[in-house]
Amino acid sequence: MQTKRMTFSSRWLPYALLAPQVLITVVFFIWPASQALWQSMLRQDAFGLRTTFVWFRNFERLFDNPLYLASMKTTAIFAISTTLLAMSLSLLFAVMVNRMLRSREWYTTFLVWPYAVAPAIAGVLWWFMFNTSVGIVPYMLEGFGYDWNHRLDGNDAMILVVLAAAWKQISYNFLFFLAGLQSIPQSLLEAAAIDGAGRTKRFWTIVFPLLSPTTFFLMVVNVVYAMFDTFGVIHATTEGGPAQATNILVYNVFRDGFVNGNLGASAAQSVVLMGIVVVLTVVQFRFIERRVNY
Amino acid sequence: MVENDRFGSLLAHLILILGVAAVVFPVYVAVIASTHAPGTFLQGVMPLLPGSHAIENYRTVIFEGRAQAGAPPIGLMLWNSFVMAMMIAVGKIAISLLSAFAIVYFRFRFRIFFFWVIFLTLMLPVEVRIVPTYAVVANLGLLNSYAGLSIPLIASATATFLFRQFFMTVPEEMLEAARVDGAGPMKFFKDILLPLSITNIAAMFVIMFIYGWNQYLWPLLVTNDERYYTVVMGIQRMVTGGDSEPLWHLVMATVVMAALPPILVILFMQRLFVKGLVETEK
Repeated sequence: MQTKRMTFSSRWLPYALLAPQVLITVVFFIWPASQALWQSMLRQDAFGLRTTFVWFRNFERLFDNPLYLASMKTTAIFAISTTLLAMSLSLLFAVMVNRMLRSREWYTTFLVWPYAVAPAIAGVLWWFMFNTSVGIVPYMLEGFGYDWNHRLDGNDAMILVVLAAAWKQISYNFLFFLAGLQSIPQSLLEAAAIDGAGRTKRFWTIVFPLLSPTTFFLMVVNVVYAMFDTFGVIHATTEGGPAQATNILVYNVFRDGFVNGNLGASAAQSVVLMGIVVVLTVVQFRFIERRVNY
Repeated sequence: MVENDRFGSLLAHLILILGVAAVVFPVYVAVIASTHAPGTFLQGVMPLLPGSHAIENYRTVIFEGRAQAGAPPIGLMLWNSFVMAMMIAVGKIAISLLSAFAIVYFRFRFRIFFFWVIFLTLMLPVEVRIVPTYAVVANLGLLNSYAGLSIPLIASATATFLFRQFFMTVPEEMLEAARVDGAGPMKFFKDILLPLSITNIAAMFVIMFIYGWNQYLWPLLVTNDERYYTVVMGIQRMVTGGDSEPLWHLVMATVVMAALPPILVILFMQRLFVKGLVETEK
């Protein structure tokens, strides 16, 4: 890793400059993470009196637990649906905005602000619209003969949290897609147009392939978002229900650790999640390196 | 661009208007709900036009709160959110500037090692290590304090990377000139590097303020004293507190108040916001 050609020299100053950040990182990140690793191999007895070292038994138990496996499946469904919905809508909006001239700024302004809404608030907003007694959407759905009830029906609850999570993420994706679209050379599009390719054809044969770095990057970011940042959406609305239908992994760690007080199991789940984050981060950085040489 | 396509651009406007409407609608509904009297919600589906109780509802949630809704007044919660967001944003920027300065402008032992220590924070979001981090904060006696709310969230690899990236683009001649004039490292940092970084600092501030304001899980864990509740987590208590239907007019007034400050930040600083967002991900 480079520095400047010419640098300052001091025995102690660089360490002093780094001290605050390194200290906070060690105390609040690395130490707790290593604690999680250690605790994931311990088990307490029912009264919390004795703690025994059990190697990987907590993990074995975890992967034998049908509830945990169900939670993994729920997380996968939730993350994939949220990513697909948020990305396809924002790509559509970005392509449409990109062909505007005068109104571009206006549409952009109207599309970016949901980024500022906290996931928990996004959850409450959608939860209110879908509320079975006062909500506006169930009322309209009734007109179509559909009886909406996210308190009893797991699918309805899943649709609700996916909508809320995707709604908030559209602005982020939109901005990145728009930036990606604007960096596509106009000359390519003009050449294709002269050769007689229509808009649709130009999009699928030129624009979409050239956007693929952006698309791939956003895919990773959206999956990370859906897996980790959506705790608020779940906790403020369905609380994992009904019958675990929206119980994603992050919510499950919280519940086992703080509500059920099962530290070993919660720590083991933390370790599994850390593994997932590490894999996703590595994938993302691999890709960024490739993009630099592009 | 190349062809003139009336129908196509009409269709594009139509799609965008529908899209914007869909994006705005949930917030519109919330604003409308916050202007109605409590009785409105007992008569079935909620209306789509504003009611006449706006001032009354907002006054209730900001100054009284507790009485009917089972929650403290949100005036204090808004203040707590503001303090937390400011501490996180300012703290993150300060420590990231210092460490990026050290990494770019000095050669010293274990430089790469420290860089990786900082990098690791990217891989450890609060959500994946909640129980042990809570234990650390509890042992340090930081539960129910502004320090406990903000310090554990201050370390940030993204801000450090951004400033490192930017410092690398500052011309070498700046440093040479400063050294010829006899400026030491801290003077160079304060009088040359900081003024040059001001746009980046502002862009970072917008992103980090929103990040801090919108924290949910962390305040939920480290506060159980009403005096330290933040507004985003306070909403959850209003919605799920009690067995009866939530008092929607008050809940929605709170939602609007909680969402407004970061939305205003984005709307007024859109350019900085876009810059901050796009640059941190490079």
